[in-house]
Amino acid sequence: MNTADNVVEMRSISKGFNGVSVLKDVSFDVRKGEVHALAGGNGAGKSTLMKILQGVYQADAGEIVIGGKPATINSIQDAKAAGIGMVFQEFSLVPSLTVAQNIFLAAEPLGMGGFIDDRASVRRAKEVFAEMEVDVDPQAEVSRLGTAYWQLTEIAKALSQNAQVLIMDEPTASLARHESEALFELIDRLKQRGISIIYISHRMDEVYRLADRITILRDGARLLTEPLTAVTPEQIVEGIVGKKIEGQLAYRERDHVAHEGAPLLEVRGLNAGPRVRDVSFSLRPGEILGLAGLMGSGRTELARALFGIDRRESGEILIRGEKVNLNSPQQAIDAGVALIPEDRRAQGLVLDHSVRDNLLLPLLGQITRGPFLDSMKGKDLSSSLIKKFAVKVAHPNRPVRLLSGGNQQKVVIAKWLGTDPDILILDEPTAGVDIGTKSEILDMIRELASAGKAVIVISSEYPELLAVSDRVLVLKDGSVIRDIPRSDIADEEYLQLAVQGV
Amino acid sequence: MSKANTIPARDTAAHRNFWTILKELDWRRYVIYIGFVVVFLFFAVLLRDQGFMSPQNLLNIFRQTATITVIAVGMTYVISCAEIDLSVGSVAGLSSVCTAMALSQWGLVPGILAGLAVGLVVGSINGALVSLLGIPSFLVTLGMLGIAVGVAQWITASAPQPILNDTFNMIFGSGDFGPVPGLVVWSAIFVAIGAVVLNRTKFGRQVLATGGNRNAAEFTGINTKRIKFQVLLISGMVASVAGMLYAGRLQSGRFQWGSGDELSAIAAVILGGTSLFGGFGSIMGTLFGALLIGLINNGLILAGLDSSQQQVVRGAIIILAVALARKK
Ligand SMILES: Nc1ncnc2c1ncn2[C@@H]1O[C@H](COP(=O)(O)OP(=O)(O)OP(=O)(O)O)[C@@H](O)[C@H]1O
Ligand SMILES: [Mg+2]
Repeated sequence: MNTADNVVEMRSISKGFNGVSVLKDVSFDVRKGEVHALAGGNGAGKSTLMKILQGVYQADAGEIVIGGKPATINSIQDAKAAGIGMVFQEFSLVPSLTVAQNIFLAAEPLGMGGFIDDRASVRRAKEVFAEMEVDVDPQAEVSRLGTAYWQLTEIAKALSQNAQVLIMDEPTASLARHESEALFELIDRLKQRGISIIYISHRMDEVYRLADRITILRDGARLLTEPLTAVTPEQIVEGIVGKKIEGQLAYRERDHVAHEGAPLLEVRGLNAGPRVRDVSFSLRPGEILGLAGLMGSGRTELARALFGIDRRESGEILIRGEKVNLNSPQQAIDAGVALIPEDRRAQGLVLDHSVRDNLLLPLLGQITRGPFLDSMKGKDLSSSLIKKFAVKVAHPNRPVRLLSGGNQQKVVIAKWLGTDPDILILDEPTAGVDIGTKSEILDMIRELASAGKAVIVISSEYPELLAVSDRVLVLKDGSVIRDIPRSDIADEEYLQLAVQGV
Repeated sequence: MSKANTIPARDTAAHRNFWTILKELDWRRYVIYIGFVVVFLFFAVLLRDQGFMSPQNLLNIFRQTATITVIAVGMTYVISCAEIDLSVGSVAGLSSVCTAMALSQWGLVPGILAGLAVGLVVGSINGALVSLLGIPSFLVTLGMLGIAVGVAQWITASAPQPILNDTFNMIFGSGDFGPVPGLVVWSAIFVAIGAVVLNRTKFGRQVLATGGNRNAAEFTGINTKRIKFQVLLISGMVASVAGMLYAGRLQSGRFQWGSGDELSAIAAVILGGTSLFGGFGSIMGTLFGALLIGLINNGLILAGLDSSQQQVVRGAIIILAVALARKK
């Protein structure tokens, strides 16, 4: 390999936390102008490796070479100075400032008398966006913009600091489909300018669309680094998961849907806020209903209304044929409804609390003896949930914040399934989850339905939606525009057209 | 993922050797106990001739800390729920005044009820404004701090209200239970109940979850508005009991009783390791936080520092302790 082309080289990096080794002798290099995909299961160490390059953590052993010269990166400032920029998984913008102010935060252009020259920063922000060929108003306040614009602002911020290498950690996790496509085009353009991109993603189609080379980490060690042309998708999946998995995204007919008797859930003319307008549908025991729609089509809002978070203005909700009032999550839970929310960090978990406390939070009623909580019962219950859902955790007493993204998601799911709900609503259940875990989660959903529960799945990934749904409800502007049985959906294209309302 | 992570937790614990356990031990959580012991030993050696170690003096420390301890127990709930209650000191003052007035008018039981009613009313108002109208508790209770002390001063025309009822004075602070001062018993009761409820009941968990991530708690079916209301109500009620302890110990009700206690109580809570941002709370820590403050006050007096010097040293020690205890 010609090392002269490498803009970044990480050599034999090792890193452990509290004596638990997370990265073992990992070498990783990035060439000028390439997109290098970094893949691996949840907890494989991808984010940790990048945080070392980023100066957030320091490696225990190994060295970093930038532009042919050994570099010490002890802080984010060092990394920036070395030309390494990051688009954070959790965004690092100040919402109350404008786009331009964010881009030049702490590097504001100064005008006369040493005062900040806001006009200059707006001008320069415009230049950066023009270079990126995207249309963003530098004077808009960040809090008023959608996540796609946040990301563009992050990228512009890195570019304005002359970043030569951009790290993107699951950048499409919070993007709608067309926004992702715009991001991919931007990546192509950046590549042509000689900027290198390290791209972390669990989505194979994205890796194939973008990457020139791929490095796979498994259990903290490097498994391979290859040009994408040299490996088959099967090899990649097997490399990530550690075993062969087949047909994970194939739809399997299940004959468990109960067609007689009352539906488990019936919604009639439901109105709740601007994004749930006159929604009616019903759901039978054993059925999996997919909700499809563009961002802003009201899928999440419908889920929230069914879980009693958003107020119902009119319409009826019936469970097993009986009218119910779902005016608070507690009432919904009592009626046997559970919602796995879309944003696990903000809505699903108390990040600083332990894995155990998080798992037990909706189950406190089950572990009391008299007025007191029984800690033995709690330990047993949480251990059994951890085991059942194969959550990778060093110790149940450790804060859930320290788990990798995919394992955090497993905790959220486990926490809710512990309540044994009859109606389960999952909002983007596989966001940030690795391929192996994803097929586990999809299997879990199928199993639950086959056990007679009713499941609603919201997903922006059509293959996933088509893999589990028995029926797909297409939403647009808060209303149901189509209700399609799975057997009528020939392929992804068909669904995509339906979603666009064609 | 390393091998250690895939074996079930119990086995790993057994395999860990002493040093890794020591390294992983979150000693910051115990800094208050360490600090307490260090300061205690320091005074014990330095002030051995001034009678620091005499049983009388040690009991005195407990007695003087009792009201702060009681208030701080309630404050622990508020702070670990990511709220604050600045009105506790004035509530104590108002409660002492109302108790004294009702006592002289109508007798023992109405006196006690009047004191509790102060906590009930003020706590409910605080709680309702915070949870229903969503006004930050800092502002609500800052306003209430002024209102409560103002009312207390107004209805008494700034005059102290003597309490001549011996039973009341004996129960609330002046009396002893055998060899143990009543005030010590009171704070022990509050600490015990406070600790058990926070650690071992559903309510306690819900308080911590609400403080840790209100959104996630809401999504989990916890009525976070009700929890916020309840912690502020508890804090008000507890402060009103503290007011009666002042009244009993000093055998009078007066609007100044308790003034400034909110700051000592908050300091005790934070020293004790409760997170100022919510999500974590330790009643035991709070007890030792309050005791540490009492210890420092007592030691500095015995050491002969005047009150201005005391304030400086006390402030410095508190900053130092919080700096050591803070999370990385
Ligand atoms: N600050 C930390 N303290 C202790 N353990 C940590 C810390 N950060 C990460 N870990 C552990 O290191 C391992 C690797 O985590 P990392 O976040 O790098 O995984 P990842 O490959 O990015 O996974 P995902 O795809 O789920 O995001 C995990 O087991 C995680 O629990
Ligand atoms: Mg990650």
